[in-house]
Amino acid sequence: MATTEKLMAVTGNQAVAMAMKQIDPDVVAAYPITPQTDVVQSYSQYVADGEVQTEFVTVESEHSAMSACIGSAAAGARTMTATSSAGFALMWEVVYVAASMRLPIVMTTVNRALSGPINIHCDHSDSMGGRDSGWIQIYNEDAQEAYDATVMSFPIAEHPDVSLPLMNMYDGFIISGAIGPLRPLSDAAVKDFIGEKPAVLNLLDSEHPVTFGPFDGLHGWYFEHKIAQNRAMEAALPVIQETYDRFAEVTGRQYQHLMCYDMEDADVAIVVIGSAAGTARTVMAKLKAEGLKVGLVKIRTFRPFPTAEIARVLSGVKAVAVLDRADSFGAMGGPLYLEILAALYHEGVHTKTVNCIYGLGGRDLYPQNIEDVFRMLADAAGGADLPQSRVYLNMKGE
Amino acid sequence: MSWDISDIKNWGPDKHEKGAVIPEAGNAVGYRTGGWRTNRPVRDDETCTQCLFCYFYCPDSSVIVEGQEVVDFDLDHCKGCAQCATECPVDAITMHPEAEFRRKS
Repeated sequence: MATTEKLMAVTGNQAVAMAMKQIDPDVVAAYPITPQTDVVQSYSQYVADGEVQTEFVTVESEHSAMSACIGSAAAGARTMTATSSAGFALMWEVVYVAASMRLPIVMTTVNRALSGPINIHCDHSDSMGGRDSGWIQIYNEDAQEAYDATVMSFPIAEHPDVSLPLMNMYDGFIISGAIGPLRPLSDAAVKDFIGEKPAVLNLLDSEHPVTFGPFDGLHGWYFEHKIAQNRAMEAALPVIQETYDRFAEVTGRQYQHLMCYDMEDADVAIVVIGSAAGTARTVMAKLKAEGLKVGLVKIRTFRPFPTAEIARVLSGVKAVAVLDRADSFGAMGGPLYLEILAALYHEGVHTKTVNCIYGLGGRDLYPQNIEDVFRMLADAAGGADLPQSRVYLNMKGE
Repeated sequence: MSWDISDIKNWGPDKHEKGAVIPEAGNAVGYRTGGWRTNRPVRDDETCTQCLFCYFYCPDSSVIVEGQEVVDFDLDHCKGCAQCATECPVDAITMHPEAEFRRKS
């Protein structure tokens, strides 16, 4: 296909930097942090070499990075940034401002644990903490998905029914630093896919002066604006799918909110986010050869959450393990588990569930760990009870 | 000036601009903030020399000038900060509790 280039071998971060270069946004304001650093570093090289037209703003912190992005997006500029872990945490205040001002900023968040103990490796506690911030959240398994998601971001975020910021995640080091296959689109195909930025009210239109970020008053409309944000999230769900479908027409790569593997005839299933899905599929091949009916659901779209769809997909299985790479201390389980339990209850689906916590601070997840989970599920499908409390995968000492 | 907000108290979530943007400039003039005032400035026309210090110092543009002369205060927006009274070189402006005026009316 003329719209795609040759297969190449790149890190996840290089893949995303390439996508950003092809998008050539008006502004990138970013601060480096492990393991996101070479997204920003590669991009600054593109700027220095004149390969993009982007205004690159080197800021003194992530709070400033997001603040600069907000100003830039309010001025009507296509704006991107990238972060990880503590950098995302430092943005916290203005992450909410970006969403409430309905600015379609696109951010790559390379997943890394939050301190402490201080740890630079992968888990999802950074972006999961931001799940209520009003940003669209897309989680990616590998470099190709991260690249594709980056290309698809602006058509989703800038859609008039949506107008929300969007963050793309992929696993720190496991994907960001490891080399994997990538089949990029041609520059022309990317430009054609994202199109021109739709005209919106903005600060630089001196013919139509407007005010951004006004005080809402003592008895104002904050409440109504929050409702509007949630309605935009609801509207985003079909817009994301339409964008996935349009992308498939160009590339042949079809994405869904939930990527299902062998779910048609599965007795038991694992639900997972990110790179662990690849490990799970390897294990599934082995278990299926033994005759076990195992399935996998990989969550791509986490905000907005495809509630009805996950309940429908899981309604046919007898036991489900939800794998969380982040915990919600003091809650009944990790963030993904809570989301799925709520979805099942809401849709009246009664199936056995268990929450497995794995990979915190970069703890390895071995194929054996996933095999153990599938066998536990198979026992549950046969009548055994599942643990009611968290199951920790590859924990030391017990 | 085309943004009609006369019924804004009854607006639901879909009526507002996205992100609480105010889509026109200068409409704060329609927002009466004079009710915040505790003390009201009163100018003595006999003493006043029309030096316009009050006009230049007023932080809320609430000193009304016609031609070259101070004629009144914009009480819909004056917050009673008393900068005019403080800066007046001939003490032609004095501040009086709002309650006095309410009793009169």
